[in-house]
Amino acid sequence: MRKVFLLLIAVLTLNSCKNEIECCVNFQPITVSLKFIHSWDATPILPSEFNQFKLVTENGETISIERLRYLLSNIRLINGVENYTFSNYTLIDVSDGNEFTLNLPESLVAGSYQLKFTFGFSDEDNQDGIYQDLNSVNFNVPGMLGGGYHYMQFDGKYKDPNNTDANFNYHAIRAVDRTDPNNLVFQDTSFEVDLGTLSFINDSEIIIKVNIAEWFKNPNTWNLNELNTMLMPNFEAQKQISENGETVFTLGDIN
Amino acid sequence: MKQIWFYIFSLFLLMSCSSKEEDVYIPIPYDLKIPKLFEDKLIAPIIPFDNPLTVEGIALGKKIFSDKILSGNRTISCAHCHRLQEAFSHSLQFSEGANGTFGHRNSMPLFNLAWNFDEFFAWDGQDISLENQAFEPVSNPIEMNADWKNIEKRFNNHDTYPTLFKEAFGTSVIDSNLIVKAIAQFERTLISADSKFDKYLLGEATLTPEEQNGFAVFMDEEKGDCFHCHGSNNNPLWTDNQFHNNGLDASFADLGLGAVTGDPADNGKFKTPSLRNLTFTAPYMHDGRFATLDEVINFYSEGLQLSATIDPLMKNVNEGGVGLSAKDKADLKAFLLTLSDLNFINNPDFK
Repeated sequence: MRKVFLLLIAVLTLNSCKNEIECCVNFQPITVSLKFIHSWDATPILPSEFNQFKLVTENGETISIERLRYLLSNIRLINGVENYTFSNYTLIDVSDGNEFTLNLPESLVAGSYQLKFTFGFSDEDNQDGIYQDLNSVNFNVPGMLGGGYHYMQFDGKYKDPNNTDANFNYHAIRAVDRTDPNNLVFQDTSFEVDLGTLSFINDSEIIIKVNIAEWFKNPNTWNLNELNTMLMPNFEAQKQISENGETVFTLGDIN
Repeated sequence: MKQIWFYIFSLFLLMSCSSKEEDVYIPIPYDLKIPKLFEDKLIAPIIPFDNPLTVEGIALGKKIFSDKILSGNRTISCAHCHRLQEAFSHSLQFSEGANGTFGHRNSMPLFNLAWNFDEFFAWDGQDISLENQAFEPVSNPIEMNADWKNIEKRFNNHDTYPTLFKEAFGTSVIDSNLIVKAIAQFERTLISADSKFDKYLLGEATLTPEEQNGFAVFMDEEKGDCFHCHGSNNNPLWTDNQFHNNGLDASFADLGLGAVTGDPADNGKFKTPSLRNLTFTAPYMHDGRFATLDEVINFYSEGLQLSATIDPLMKNVNEGGVGLSAKDKADLKAFLLTLSDLNFINNPDFK
């Protein structure tokens, strides 16, 4: 009788373990990747179409793009107190392609995660000269502007009111007020992008839409005839660039 | 008896193997001395897996670099157009080729080539990798004007080269691939990182007030704005190794990168040269049009020419440039001269 009883308990125990695995938690490892897709509103930005006057800003200037590269840092998924980092920092060069993919180097379990990254470097990470790969591609900011790194180098041409080609250098850096050269005043103009909480049950590719037109649109309608080059030392321009960047990145499909 | 014959035969076999092993010479790996500033600031230099640096390979490359054997009529060597005292460039606007023909571009200086991370070489980027670059001038009719097959024969029939190649690459059968590998090995050792400004960055020298102001002009986006293309204290190569149209001409006699890629957007683009060793590398620009640094600075200050492909980083093009003051020009020149490296051009390893 005792043996039968023990056998019954063992069967019930094993059965209960099996049920818990099947019904409640998916322990299958999940891979997650991010795909950044660049557009000008609804039009894809293609490197093959760089240097062509095809795009029109909110303010009405027709522009061409020659160079567009920008830095994202602390690209991560967050689950409670756990961070799953895609990359500490990544330089995206759109001349290499319309799309840029980042893979999470580790697997996840199914669940809900918040997706966040920083445009540029926060002050804590924006240390002068410490990133060899960024130094090697000339992404530095001069010491007289506080050093560190560009957040973005966006160069091109626009048609001025005389329909003549003129250059623009829409460069984003940490804003610096040089009114008193001996007492520089800095403002961290990097910004965090929070794309919300996402649920994963299978391997997933998250599309991040990068609308370059937004840099000239919202909330500051950008007038290239007034603000075109030499923006790095322009404290107010840097703050406006940062404000406009807030709407550049949005969540697309999850495949 | 049968067993004895078997042992004798085995002994001969072993002796023959042993003798072969003695013939194999293993070249000595060369430890490239990376300057501290480069080590601190830059990613690792490009050393191809299939052409590691060796003591023998570098010595062989150095010998070939100065040997007229590479030219069709045996009149010029690589060193004819790339002279050590001129930081491996040439003080003539255009160099004279083996047949007396002059080229149409200024000889590029050679140093810090292993840190050209994209590996596009020459003013127009036509050569990918240092090894491939070395092929080009040998067969170019206005340079060395030689046929590679004939060059290979010369090397194989030479009294010393087969032995030197055997020591460097393990074979005495010489082909063009091994010749360019040796040259590339030597070129990767041409490192220049010992200028006054390097010493300043290492805390071993001080700059004059003029040199300091010149550096400020260089780094100021509202003045020289040189750093976007020419590096900085954080990129001690003093070049981005990219291709730009810097506004030399309104129309182009030489398409530069555009002739290589076929993309009209690349017309008039040429490789950014390093600003190191300007003292030794005149004349300047891809076509050597400027004899002095003053001419170069004046050009950037007020001589820019608008064209469809001018780089957007060139400021105030419609006014000819940013219009530097006379003092800023003089100070900028003073700073640029601090990038000259006398120890490089006097390095006995390169002679």
